[in-house]
Amino acid sequence: MTVTRREALGLAVGSVAALTTLRFTEPAFAAGDALQDAIMEFTGGAQPGDGDITIGAPEIAENGNTVPIEVSAPGAASIMLLATGNPSPGVATFHFSALSGAQEAKTRIRLAKTQDIIAVAKMPDGSAITTKRSVKVTIGGCGG
Amino acid sequence: MAKVKPRVKVPKTASVNEVVTIKTLISHPMESGQRKDSKTGEAIPRKIINKFAASFNGEPVFMANMEPSVSANPYIEFQMRVPETGVVRFEWTDDDGSVYDLEKTITAA
Repeated sequence: MTVTRREALGLAVGSVAALTTLRFTEPAFAAGDALQDAIMEFTGGAQPGDGDITIGAPEIAENGNTVPIEVSAPGAASIMLLATGNPSPGVATFHFSALSGAQEAKTRIRLAKTQDIIAVAKMPDGSAITTKRSVKVTIGGCGG
Repeated sequence: MAKVKPRVKVPKTASVNEVVTIKTLISHPMESGQRKDSKTGEAIPRKIINKFAASFNGEPVFMANMEPSVSANPYIEFQMRVPETGVVRFEWTDDDGSVYDLEKTITAA
């Protein structure tokens, strides 16, 4: 079977458009609630504030299937990563111990579309800090 | 299914209390449960590695809980303090309950 370049392009644009319409039909507030619930469950009810926590991520990710992400929060007990625009917001939670050389971790994640990445760190004293960073995604991951 | 193969990069030697970088990768499809079979239209069931843990001489070092948003062939990099000569043990837990493991020795001088 032969597919011309024009046909291939048309197909790609068509599927992206279909995906976008699908996502817009979902109520926006539902995702926000799930996000807030996930954060509250992680922090044990503590409202996260500002602090020494950073997310390292590319500004523009060409391939949403594998986006390199690093988080760092000196002194944290654990860090949770959330992707606000994915079908489910949870990405990963890292737990540190006395043998952790630094409270940081790197991994690769899937991003369905352009969105904000949120990191929440739980400190040993029970408080929590958070930060967010926006990543533009050219081709979304998570199948479709 | 493709064979699951864990790989880690750990320095062979370190000075006492040196902080070393440990890189891990395991080949695994991390099927998210969101995809559909292109022929039948049925959802492909979720099958991911949901937990990764590293320990040193039995003491926990680093642990990660993973969700379907983690990429296929999950890569994790973290820092570890080396207090003495010992064995680093890595364990990956699959959704189906299987555990893939690997051990590496670090000699502290």
